[in-house]
Amino acid sequence: MDKHISSQFDAELAGVSSRVLELGGLVESQIRHAVYALSQFSVEVADQVIATEKQVNAMEVDIDRELSSIIARRQPTARDLRLLMAISKITGNLERAGDESERIARMVKLIVDQGITRSLPASELRIAADMASGLLRKALDAFARLDVQTALVILKEDDLIDAEFDGFLRKLVTYMMEDPRTISASLDLLFVAKAIERIGDHAKNIAEFIIYVVKGADVRHTAMADIESAVK
Amino acid sequence: MNPANQLTPSGVKNAIEIRGLDFFYGTFKGLKGINLDIAEHKVTAFIGPSGCGKSTLLRTLNRMYSLYPGQRAEGQINLYGENVLDPKQDLNLLRARVGMVFQKPTPFPMSIYDNIAFGVKLYENLSRSEMDDRVEWALSKAAIWNEVKDKLGQSGLSLSGGQQQRLCIARTVAVKPKVILLDEPTSALDPISTAKVEELVHELKNDYTVAIVTHNMQQAARVSDYTAYMYLGELIEFGQTEQLFMKPARQETEDYITGRFG
Repeated sequence: MDKHISSQFDAELAGVSSRVLELGGLVESQIRHAVYALSQFSVEVADQVIATEKQVNAMEVDIDRELSSIIARRQPTARDLRLLMAISKITGNLERAGDESERIARMVKLIVDQGITRSLPASELRIAADMASGLLRKALDAFARLDVQTALVILKEDDLIDAEFDGFLRKLVTYMMEDPRTISASLDLLFVAKAIERIGDHAKNIAEFIIYVVKGADVRHTAMADIESAVK
Repeated sequence: MNPANQLTPSGVKNAIEIRGLDFFYGTFKGLKGINLDIAEHKVTAFIGPSGCGKSTLLRTLNRMYSLYPGQRAEGQINLYGENVLDPKQDLNLLRARVGMVFQKPTPFPMSIYDNIAFGVKLYENLSRSEMDDRVEWALSKAAIWNEVKDKLGQSGLSLSGGQQQRLCIARTVAVKPKVILLDEPTSALDPISTAKVEELVHELKNDYTVAIVTHNMQQAARVSDYTAYMYLGELIEFGQTEQLFMKPARQETEDYITGRFG
């Protein structure tokens, strides 16, 4: 993108963009740790994830303050305005993805407390969890490069996570039917699976906002075929 | 023809239809093949860097340029179907139908009352009480009546800059024009007066068609329904204001409104 006449404006936009990526990196590691805590049933790592949440929240507030300040002082238009709108939404999605990883961490602690860890199919969540955190990383990369094609790929891949979630759900039901003593812990795992699925959704939302910045088309709640034609 | 040059707001009646308009300052071509519709009872804003032709375009609409030798326009400017560029066009009548307000307030050196009555007398023969009503009506329309009703006999020059500008708008409104042209109407005003004039523009479009030239892009975004972006005598993009400021169709427009060029 060409530079503004005001290089200070460029610096402000670049600054807030890099803050978002920083937040994204933090949330991404939060998710990775949450998934690790789950696979190892590690209370220690789960506590770490929960502690990071405060930092994520503070960054969200900080970025929103910067956005308000830029809007008030610069009265941005067109692509600049779309970028700031998108950053605000992306920040919200990242923060909520962070919330989901915190939720996973808390569930891990709960499951460990209940002491019936080994009989549960927690490791099978690993695939979906890796997909979700991978998708989020991809979304952040695409945002850094404002890469619409990658954004499109993300929208499609989110469907795969949803399919994984459905498959896992069916498996859980089987476990619960076989051994009713696992019902309580299975329900906890169900919440974990749901949190993973939500992280995928947040990655997808971020991808939609990348398309909004670059193409000016709001593709939320839009059929894939229409999105593809909007992106052309 | 360039598609961006003939984009017409759909479903709206046009007060003015500009077709193939060229304008010459001597041999220099100031406007190049402008095609543009100005919608009735809407505000159309013209933006663009200095020298882009936006004021020139505005000044063709009531042939203000005819005051200067060597300036001429070619093409068509149809005001409700009547070509104002027709040599047979009565210029006084045209300027009563298409009124204009300038960058700097230009009250006549006479009383506030006479500032309004002067123009009306040129076109209409009103009784004293009818004229009183007209003066009050015009000053009310320009949202300045309450500020001047007790000092109508005072000189128009005694008013503040913002009040003078609204007086000039009242003077324009008084002859009941179809179209009001505003050429940088707030560039000499403070923010409060600017806000009052902008508020007034919003009111005026209920009864009049308004075309405004402004250097202040945010002002165009605030007050207008349609915006035209001009550059080097050409109409680069024309469309709904919201669309133009959120997602302009042309890269040149985007560069200008985002402050990357201009």
